[in-house]
Amino acid sequence: MQIRKKKQKSVPPVSTASLPDIVFMLLFFFMVTTVMRETSLKVVHIIPKAKEVAKLERKSLVAYIHIGPPLKPLQSIYGTEPRIQLDDAFATPKDIPTFVESVKSQTNEAEVPLLTYSLKVDRETKMGIVVDVKQELRKAQALKINYSTSKIVDKEALQ
Amino acid sequence: MARSKREIQEINAGSMADIAFLLLIFFLVTTTMDVDTGLMRVLPPYVEEPPEDQPDVIKRNVFVVLANAADNLLVEDEYMQVEDLKDAAKEFILGKPNDPTDMAFPEFEPASNKPESYDLVIKYWGANKLVSKQIISLQNDRGTSYELYIAIQDALASAYQEVRDEVAKERFGKKFDDLANGNPEEQEQAKAVKKLVPQRISEAEPKDIGQ
Repeated sequence: MQIRKKKQKSVPPVSTASLPDIVFMLLFFFMVTTVMRETSLKVVHIIPKAKEVAKLERKSLVAYIHIGPPLKPLQSIYGTEPRIQLDDAFATPKDIPTFVESVKSQTNEAEVPLLTYSLKVDRETKMGIVVDVKQELRKAQALKINYSTSKIVDKEALQ
Repeated sequence: MARSKREIQEINAGSMADIAFLLLIFFLVTTTMDVDTGLMRVLPPYVEEPPEDQPDVIKRNVFVVLANAADNLLVEDEYMQVEDLKDAAKEFILGKPNDPTDMAFPEFEPASNKPESYDLVIKYWGANKLVSKQIISLQNDRGTSYELYIAIQDALASAYQEVRDEVAKERFGKKFDDLANGNPEEQEQAKAVKKLVPQRISEAEPKDIGQ
């Protein structure tokens, strides 16, 4: 004897009401973590690798100095020799003191000693240009520098 | 005329997800997740003219690393590959490589070619701890490639790091980095290790030979 009426079992549609919530959650995550690109690169650099690297914290206190050969479309004008890029333009070592001053003036005075200058240098570059940049940085009292390198994953340590 | 009270129509939220998706995709595309890493260094302040009467550094206290324009490496007057530099530097920093019990505590031996040492009062080790007067001098040419320069810097840094790790492990049973990131007590211990094995890398004023 059948007590219950046999229902026609159909799968109820999945409620999509919470979909916006999920998407918003992801959206907020990316909004918080994102760092907008501030400059467009005019030089190419493949940075070298090293083991003893440290993380650069507080990106607002980091100024970048890019060194490397100009991008392909720019090579007809600027040649293939490595060049220095400060902010959005090509520069010479002589422009570095001005650059340092402008970076310092944009920073809170109390945080000026914490400013780090990150050198993003192509690994094929010769040291000459890097040495010039370092001398200018020393003259400008910008002594905290960071040679940008990516980390080698130590295979022995993983095993 | 009685106006019928109109119900406020509900806003259709169906497209909310689409809008959010659009924004999400925008942020996904523009985001840069890469963490900036690198070798931190502090440059010496600039001096207009180096003082004339610089104290002479005794030769056996200095570990000389030279790199030329052809990316050859000369370490303590011998050719060397950059892969071997770390071990050579480590041996130099340790002072007495053959005696594991005397690690990083080189005795004062005037006749030897190991670096000299001086007394220092260091917490956790007590008074009269001998600290090596080691100093690593690095000089490169303008023609040296940046890749080699970074490899040298990295090798020297990891030599110091490994010596510190060994000392910290022997005395406190923990790696140096674990101590430095540990509780205040451990941070004190890390400071003591740092005092015992100070990182001294000196970069000479750049030379311009053989462009």
